[in-house]
Amino acid sequence: MNKLPLIFVGIFLTFTSAWIGLVAYPTLNLGEMQPLPDEETGGVLPPTTSGLAVAGQKVYASSGCVYCHSQQVRWSPLSTDIAKGLGPRQTVARDYLREKVAFLGTMRTGPDLSNIGARQPDTNWHHQHLFEPRTVTDWSIMPSYRYLYKTQKIEGQPSSDAVQGLRGPHAPKLGYEVVPSEEAKALVAYLLSLKKNYKLPESPEPSEP
Amino acid sequence: MNSPSLLSSLNPSTEPDALDSIERAEIDASTRIPVLLFFASAIFWLLVGSSLGLVSAWKMTNPALLDSFSWLTFGRLRPAHLNAVIYGWATPAAIGVGLWLTARLCRIPLLHSKLLISAAIIWNLGILLGICGILIGDGRSIEWLEFPAYSTPILFIAYAFIGIWTIIMFRFRKPGHIYVSQWYLFAAFLWFPWLYATANILLVWQPVQGPAQGAINWWYAHNVLGLWFTPIGLAAAYYFIPKVIGRPIHSYYLSILGFWSLALFYSWNGMHHLIGGPFPAWMVSASVVASMMMFIPVITTAINHHMTMRGHFESLQWSPTLRFIVFGAVSYTVVSLQGSSMAIPALNTITHFTDYTIGHAHLGLYAFFTMILFGSMYYIVPRLVGWEWPSATLIRWHFWLSAVGILLMVGALTLGGLLQGLALYDVASTFRSSLEFANPFRVLRGISGFILLAGQLVFAFLFVQMLLKLGAPKKGPALFTKPAEQTNDTVAI
Repeated sequence: MNKLPLIFVGIFLTFTSAWIGLVAYPTLNLGEMQPLPDEETGGVLPPTTSGLAVAGQKVYASSGCVYCHSQQVRWSPLSTDIAKGLGPRQTVARDYLREKVAFLGTMRTGPDLSNIGARQPDTNWHHQHLFEPRTVTDWSIMPSYRYLYKTQKIEGQPSSDAVQGLRGPHAPKLGYEVVPSEEAKALVAYLLSLKKNYKLPESPEPSEP
Repeated sequence: MNSPSLLSSLNPSTEPDALDSIERAEIDASTRIPVLLFFASAIFWLLVGSSLGLVSAWKMTNPALLDSFSWLTFGRLRPAHLNAVIYGWATPAAIGVGLWLTARLCRIPLLHSKLLISAAIIWNLGILLGICGILIGDGRSIEWLEFPAYSTPILFIAYAFIGIWTIIMFRFRKPGHIYVSQWYLFAAFLWFPWLYATANILLVWQPVQGPAQGAINWWYAHNVLGLWFTPIGLAAAYYFIPKVIGRPIHSYYLSILGFWSLALFYSWNGMHHLIGGPFPAWMVSASVVASMMMFIPVITTAINHHMTMRGHFESLQWSPTLRFIVFGAVSYTVVSLQGSSMAIPALNTITHFTDYTIGHAHLGLYAFFTMILFGSMYYIVPRLVGWEWPSATLIRWHFWLSAVGILLMVGALTLGGLLQGLALYDVASTFRSSLEFANPFRVLRGISGFILLAGQLVFAFLFVQMLLKLGAPKKGPALFTKPAEQTNDTVAI
């Protein structure tokens, strides 16, 4: 091992082998994946998402939600993800076609969000929860995202988008209301769009969950 | 000069270097400014990064802590912590150790120090911009690559200078043996820019489609540990262990086996972060197999280091360098075997999304790599500033605070993570119980953070004293105890 060129060739080749397998292959293959036609609705799978949800994905990224919430359902029987209700089926590559950044996540400090839009379809619930998680789940350790909301004096009619149902110490003072910022609205639109429960041929739902 | 033993004649590269003390002092002096610059900035970011980590840790048990400020929310502090310690502390400290080792092992004074000084300054500007970017909400939430797109090119330019410098040094090295540490250094200095450029191009600058991202992300993140930090950590261990105890490495052939098996298998490990994830099964399987094959380099290196140390363990009583380095080398074995076990799907399904993984990460980055960096600095800094460490007692404090702190942290996260993982796995358990199981262990982890930070403050205090040459001049190196029988040649520190 006293010949530098030989060492160079060796470190080049070992590295290249994995580079081809774990970088070039997914880039060329998964990177070119296409949506499938949806015969039932005439649309595509995975379904397209609204512009607001796409904007919300940026808020999801800048707030760092991914550090506590995964977005992947692992297969059975390797895991109990499906039995625990994270989703009706395993998530597969095509599910992430709509994502600018695929937030697969590595932690479940909080629950998995692959299907949060199906589990909690209520916009106001999400606003309440983001404003102060403990108004809906008193044992939650999620931080409050109050900074995405504005507490303002009610002038004339209350705002139509004001957050309802805030109680206890988190409720606004009498005559005041809590309204979501554009960012908060976008984030909730993104969360509601998280529904990986459509059918994909490559990921059949297990018959006995 | 003694005549060479039969062993060293057969295996010429088992000794770190063959320089006389004047040459050695000249080479050390030539590395002074760039290496100290990298070290000083690294220690600064270590303190910043640890403080960010400490606040995020306490937020997990007290969610209301500092929750009114967007820039202090958990989802920004945590990536700021990770990036500050990876790119602010570990990388520059590794570069500093790497530069010094390269100069000594190439047996020439450091060339083109201006290239390195510029690199250090540019690198730190990039880190500052990146950390602020994450805190103001420009973070990308791609793990290990959170820095916003406007700061990564700066880092890349700084790194390019270092890569070019490495090639120049190896090109002009004195003819002769290439020591095992040099293989690791040469490889690491070339692998890192390749990793960093690939990941940034495909995930940050021109992102590929969502389905492909996870694979590239974890190929990158795992290889930063495996093909950047690990080789530099091992290069340091292979250099300092024989150096301090004054005997050659046990086996040249084990070093070769360890090096090439690491190069081949580590690079394939990344997908074990995505077991059960949305990827073709063969990719995950390949990584699981490669993770198992990691037993070869790890055990080879462990045997080689252990056999070198055999009969010299009493040196741990007096040498600060050796104590930190051996702690790191043993942790390397433990963390690597743990890592391989975590790739076994049946165990992975329990530990995957839990604090267990966080414990593993800290075992690798702190108990192994950071301890090796501390040990290396204890050896290198006195030779750069021409001053001895002012207090052996403070070094001892630094060691024990670090050792106790990291063992408490890893122990707490490992146990808490297992309970959390079992609750998440068990169909009859609620999500709430996963939080309740983990909570007391998270409190312990928060406490361990204070202990680690205290150790770092002691070290920073010592380092500043060294830079300013404070304290009474000492006759010899700061040792924990007086070695029983040592000549001046073998007492390294």
